Amino acid sequence: MDFVQNVPFFSILLSLGSGVLTSIMSKKIARMWNTFVLIAITVMSAALFVYMLDVREPFIFMMGHFPAPWGNEIRAGVLEAGMALFFCIIMLLSMKGGQKHIDEEVEEAKINLFYIMINLLLSSLLALIYTNDLFTAYVFVEINTISACGLIMITQHGRTIEAAMRYMIMSALGSGLLLMGLCILYDITGHLLMSNIKASVAYVYAQGTYNVPLIASIGMICVGLAIKSALYPFHTWLPDAYGYSTVSSAAILSSLVSKGYIFLLIKIFFRVVGFDIVVDSKIVNIFFVFGLLGMIMGSVNAILEMDIRRMVAFSSVAQIGYIYMGFGLGTTFGVIASIFHILSHAVTKSLLFIASVGLTDASNNSRDFEDLTGSGYRNPVAGIAFTIGACSMVGIPMFSGFISKLLFAQAAVQNSIFKLLPTLICLAISTVLNAIYFMKTVIRIYTPASAVRYGYLKHAVGKDVKAYPVYTLALVLLILLNMVLGCCSQPIVNWISSGLGMFG
Amino acid sequence: MSRLLSEQEYRKTRAFKIKRWYRGEKDAYIGNIEMKPQSPFHEDIETAKQRTHDEAMLRRAIYDIEHNKKLAVFSKLYKVVSVLFVFALIGILLYIVSYLPPTGNAANPDNNEVAAKYIEDGMKDTGAVNIVTGMILDYRAFDTLGESNVLFVATCTVFMLLRIDTKSKKREAEENDRVYEPKNDIILQKVAFFLVPMIIIFGIYVILNGHLSPGGGFSGGAIIGSGLILYVNAFGFKKIERFFTQKTYKWICFTALLFYCLAKTYSFYCGAHHLETGIPLGTPGAILSSGLILPLNICVGLVVACTMYAFYAMFRKGGF
Repeated sequence: MDFVQNVPFFSILLSLGSGVLTSIMSKKIARMWNTFVLIAITVMSAALFVYMLDVREPFIFMMGHFPAPWGNEIRAGVLEAGMALFFCIIMLLSMKGGQKHIDEEVEEAKINLFYIMINLLLSSLLALIYTNDLFTAYVFVEINTISACGLIMITQHGRTIEAAMRYMIMSALGSGLLLMGLCILYDITGHLLMSNIKASVAYVYAQGTYNVPLIASIGMICVGLAIKSALYPFHTWLPDAYGYSTVSSAAILSSLVSKGYIFLLIKIFFRVVGFDIVVDSKIVNIFFVFGLLGMIMGSVNAILEMDIRRMVAFSSVAQIGYIYMGFGLGTTFGVIASIFHILSHAVTKSLLFIASVGLTDASNNSRDFEDLTGSGYRNPVAGIAFTIGACSMVGIPMFSGFISKLLFAQAAVQNSIFKLLPTLICLAISTVLNAIYFMKTVIRIYTPASAVRYGYLKHAVGKDVKAYPVYTLALVLLILLNMVLGCCSQPIVNWISSGLGMFG
Repeated sequence: MSRLLSEQEYRKTRAFKIKRWYRGEKDAYIGNIEMKPQSPFHEDIETAKQRTHDEAMLRRAIYDIEHNKKLAVFSKLYKVVSVLFVFALIGILLYIVSYLPPTGNAANPDNNEVAAKYIEDGMKDTGAVNIVTGMILDYRAFDTLGESNVLFVATCTVFMLLRIDTKSKKREAEENDRVYEPKNDIILQKVAFFLVPMIIIFGIYVILNGHLSPGGGFSGGAIIGSGLILYVNAFGFKKIERFFTQKTYKWICFTALLFYCLAKTYSFYCGAHHLETGIPLGTPGAILSSGLILPLNICVGLVVACTMYAFYAMFRKGGF
């Protein structure tokens, strides 16, 4: 066994252990330790990713002395390694971009708890990516949910507590459905290990004895995870949770937490149930309809919103809709497009959240549209970053959003006419709607403010808006990542499709 | 009267006291127990004003059902739809259950080689007589590691929500503790005096025998935690803080979880690389047996006990 194959196991346990370690650290050391852990895991995942691209063969790591159906195991392929690397980078950049706000907004005595949550969230995301066992996945879904709740309410005012409450209730419903689905699946297959379940499910499906429970459990798992990742009709917890929490939390929640659940869903599709059976069960059609609805309704809500953070949050609803629409197409290429969109949305949404907080900082902490007038001049870095994020979301070439829209259109063309037409029409409508609210914001931030207002703002803001090197660096790196996704998409798509190939 | 003792000396004897108590002349609890009748609820004018104002605002701005027709329709619809939803879910689940394999049937899919190996080789592989403990702490230890971190992260979230950090508020919370119940209830104290040691010893027994008999870290920890809660109810926070403060909690949790993480890192690493851990399994049935299971059970027990008590203390007064 090569040494680099220890990376998945070690990165999960390192982040889990550092969650515990952080509880006794002082504020400053906790921050440094968190940064160190994130960088270390990023470097390790990068090494693993390079190794996997070379080997192109998934490997299994036994967690303990007992082989798989009896003990636990984790499994890593190209896709898992790449996802882990990508998630770590986004998390690191989101933390660094919002560092100033974390220090300001979080109470002094509670900052340790914040870093505990971040570390445990990272470990749960990594475990969701690497696990090959459904029950392990469920345990880490729990950690993920609770720590996400903590991240929302770490800045304590009425809004965040209300948002955390809503999130908790919706998530509990999602977890409950997921758990029931897993129980039924266990009852009819007798396994918790993903690969073994797949064999039994194929057998059970061919026999036809337990078809009703099988379809029901697929349905419950899908709905549970859809609730947790805020698919359209279940999105009500999202705008408050993303809009009012501290900016790092919002960026991490929108770009990573919901994506962790979606990744688990992909895993269940390909490794547990088998994509043929999922397509055969028609659940993808439900995803297709609600994905399309989400694409339109999320954008409409975002247009109506007058608060920039909530607007960006509603845009997430639309983007989650895109991802589920990709599943709904029911082809492997559709899923590849969805995975690319996971990357694209994660990188763009964290960029937008961090840039928008720079703009509000330059406007006397007001998030109202009126007050943002001309903030692009007052905080040039944030202005440019927001514009680039907006371009990417709308789908301007050179940026990642364009490629994901192109991939979705390509995937749609391979489909029958009943899915082709709605997809293309909704893609077009959604693009126009995206352009309306993002370009509205970009024009707003680059409209020179009237002299009176500007004077007032300058007075109120004072010398606060100086360039923070770390903030600028985080934004620049996110922009670069976005351009890399947008300009060299072919290798990435190849990587995703080969990863998906060795997934099952 | 022919008495050997003088009146004064007689009054000191136990016989006199018992007689007096029997006649009902003296209540033994007067002076020993704080007998405070419940005071009626007082609210100063400012907060009352604020409260009525808030309520009015809430009604006017958010729940203005008289004028907001949409909300009125929604709230009615919501009740109907939620009831329908719940019944639909119950119906669907019952329908599914009717299709599931019957319980206890030997031909069920879950009676496969996985369960068979646990039962047949469990004792040999893990050294634990209790198969369940062997399963959760050795075969599937990674899941249990995650599970104990769920407890940890849950307490952290409760801390975040309920912990009081400002000094003045903390003092207020301490003073307001037990507004509605008497301090130093003798009956409770006497009962706790006998029960708490037994409960805690029983909890320790359950933890230490986790690999031999039903029980283990989770159940034993819950028993110890309830013992601590009974103790704090009877004797108050001052007494318990002589041996259990927030600092103790922090260090116990830290040590237990860190030991758990490190021990499991070592054993996972060895397992994956097919190395010997060098930890002896011992003879099954002996108290010092089954390798890492015993120390891990102790860790889990400590974490669970601390978590139970921390939840109680947080909800009671926002800190220890």
